[in-house]
Amino acid sequence: MPELHHYTMNFGPQHPAAHGVLRLVLEMEGEVVRHADPHIGLLHRATEKLAESKPYNHSIGYMDRLDYVSMMCNEHAYILAIEKLAGIQVPERAQYIRVMFDEITRILNHLLWLGAHALDIGAMTVFLYAFREREDLMDCYEAVSGTRMHATYYRPGGVHRDLPDEMPQYAESRWHERQQVERLNRARSGSLLDFIEDFTQRFPSCVDEYETLLTENRIWKQRTVDIGVVSPERALQLGFTGPMLRGSGVEWDLRRKQPYEVYEKLDFRIPVGVNGDCYDRYLVRIEEMRQSNAIVRQCVDWLRSHSGPVMTDEHKIAPPEREKMKMGMEELIHHFKLFTEGYCLPQGEVYCAIEHPKGEFGIYLVSDGANKPYRLKIRAPGFAHLAALDEMSRGHMLADVVAIIGTQDIVFGEVDR
Amino acid sequence: MTEWWIELTSPVPHVLLVSAYMLVFMLVLIGCVAYVTFAERKVLGFMQVRVGPNRVGPRGLGQPIADAFKLMFKEMILPRDADRFLFRVAPLLSMTPALAAWAVIPFSENLRFADINAGLLYILAMTSLGVYGVIIAGWASNSKYALLGSLRSAAQIVAYEIAMGFALVGVLMASGSLRLGDIVGAQQGSVLNWYWLPLLPLFLTYLISGVAETNRAPFDVVEGESEIVAGFHVEYSGMGFAVFFLAEYANIILISGLTALLFLGGWLSPLEGIVPESVLHVPYLGPVLASGPHWFVAKTCFFIFCFLWFRATFPRYRYDQIMRLGWKVLLPLTLVWIFVEGVLLYFELPPWFD
Repeated sequence: MPELHHYTMNFGPQHPAAHGVLRLVLEMEGEVVRHADPHIGLLHRATEKLAESKPYNHSIGYMDRLDYVSMMCNEHAYILAIEKLAGIQVPERAQYIRVMFDEITRILNHLLWLGAHALDIGAMTVFLYAFREREDLMDCYEAVSGTRMHATYYRPGGVHRDLPDEMPQYAESRWHERQQVERLNRARSGSLLDFIEDFTQRFPSCVDEYETLLTENRIWKQRTVDIGVVSPERALQLGFTGPMLRGSGVEWDLRRKQPYEVYEKLDFRIPVGVNGDCYDRYLVRIEEMRQSNAIVRQCVDWLRSHSGPVMTDEHKIAPPEREKMKMGMEELIHHFKLFTEGYCLPQGEVYCAIEHPKGEFGIYLVSDGANKPYRLKIRAPGFAHLAALDEMSRGHMLADVVAIIGTQDIVFGEVDR
Repeated sequence: MTEWWIELTSPVPHVLLVSAYMLVFMLVLIGCVAYVTFAERKVLGFMQVRVGPNRVGPRGLGQPIADAFKLMFKEMILPRDADRFLFRVAPLLSMTPALAAWAVIPFSENLRFADINAGLLYILAMTSLGVYGVIIAGWASNSKYALLGSLRSAAQIVAYEIAMGFALVGVLMASGSLRLGDIVGAQQGSVLNWYWLPLLPLFLTYLISGVAETNRAPFDVVEGESEIVAGFHVEYSGMGFAVFFLAEYANIILISGLTALLFLGGWLSPLEGIVPESVLHVPYLGPVLASGPHWFVAKTCFFIFCFLWFRATFPRYRYDQIMRLGWKVLLPLTLVWIFVEGVLLYFELPPWFD
């Protein structure tokens, strides 16, 4: 009888810790993982190819659906690429709004990551706590764009519309009594900015709450310290970006190193890990939430005192106001051209990257001068991280693989594209 | 038992009577199990800022009944390469000991089914038997996830059974009896006389081992949701799954009840020695404050609540860390305390060991 040392185990694509549709073929020796082979492509939707057959603006919505937990950040990279190629100036107020929503998105993403990561490791309460705060941020998305997830709010030249003066409110119903509704609506009585400011005041204590459940918890530490260690050199070689890279101690953040929009005017700090293990990456992301909160706060203060346009007046790119379109010939032509043909970008190519919650999210855009891209390439941070799964999990136990998948913050929308 | 009841039932043969009692008790117990699952969902709900089940019946109270009906009418799928006989027997093997152990649990001084003088040993035997159900289920399913789960369970239960056994040895030494009734009787006096205080390390060890024995969070690697999906019962559906589920919760109630009996004075009232004797004769108020089965139930409920509380609070241990905790922390701790207790017993230290 042959002696068997290894056996293979199929982990996913239907698995509670597979974060979507990860299919992982594990070669195991008892509980110990000898080799992990991630399979991708189960969520492939050909976003890059689809973009080649559509006018530029039609693809903004597809960008939302790449990394479907940090929607506006995906849009942002795409929009920036178009703006860079077209060479348009964006009004400052729009830049602040974008930065504010980028940071709200970062908090959204990290909250989901925190909840899912903790749930993978078995702490289920954090998940629901995180979703409580996510709900408020989703409401911000909804107030500004009408949808909770796939906002399509950023446009080349600015943002779709200015921040609303009032928040959507809860109404009394069979399920919500008067008192409850009043409590829910208390923060919603003012404008969106009031609501966000109220959130930024509440949020640090919420983060403390998550931390009391995890940071000093011995079981949490036993499960994350020294798990999935990546040295700084190796992290760079593997193409890590974002919290995965910073967790290993490399101070690299595009918001600082290649500032876009108004990040150079804002005051925030970049947290960096020491050991490069799951626990350090956890701490980095927790601190990033606090820093993002501070950035949102600064943006709110600036936006309160500075009003102005939120869209460029370059009508080759951005549609004119509706009222003017009804009155003026020039505007009518612009409107017609924009909504039938779109706009053409000059011939050339551009790479534009932003500090996405998960790392460097880049858009490489090639234009042949037509109204749609000749080629669009998306650089998704999760792809490089997933590729390192084998190296990170080798020699660890099955339960650690789950922790490592969690710490990588994998979302298949962007990995498979 | 009151006189009129004995008179009323005297013409009924004893065997029939006991069987009827047992049937009633089983039904009550299974009802309790059903409502512990409900309590779990509600308590977790409140701890996690949500409401929990509230649709079926008033305040969601019909939920466990609805769940039971749903599971009863579901198909029990038999995997193609499963061992047909063992696959069906395994749920019973885990359910039966969990229920059988209740035979010796005393609810008050004379409210019990059997008064075995080796009651503690009987319970130890019964709770250890439950692991066979888990192992056989994992093996018979012919699935890697299930097999991993049952292997983990075998190792875990062996490790914690030992720590648990030693904790019980401590109780046995202190009370000088294996009869559960005598163990509770030996704790008479006041709250400070209960064994939780002199045997504090053993009490904590027992509680932790109890959580591990029942495969509950943070020791739920056997069915670790995010690692091996549902572990040993991953292939079970319908009633097979329901029986495993019942067994798990019956075990929780059992372990909670035992902890209350062994370390928290069972049916003894915590007000003993505090409230003057005359108050106990006040109508209505007196019986509530005096020792009785209601205190036992209350203490059991407290420990059940602790089980749920742990689940809401802690992340899950890794398999090897559980082993380390069992062998390297809890086992030495119990050994040391048994030695200390021996010394205390030798010198007859009041008020516990005189």
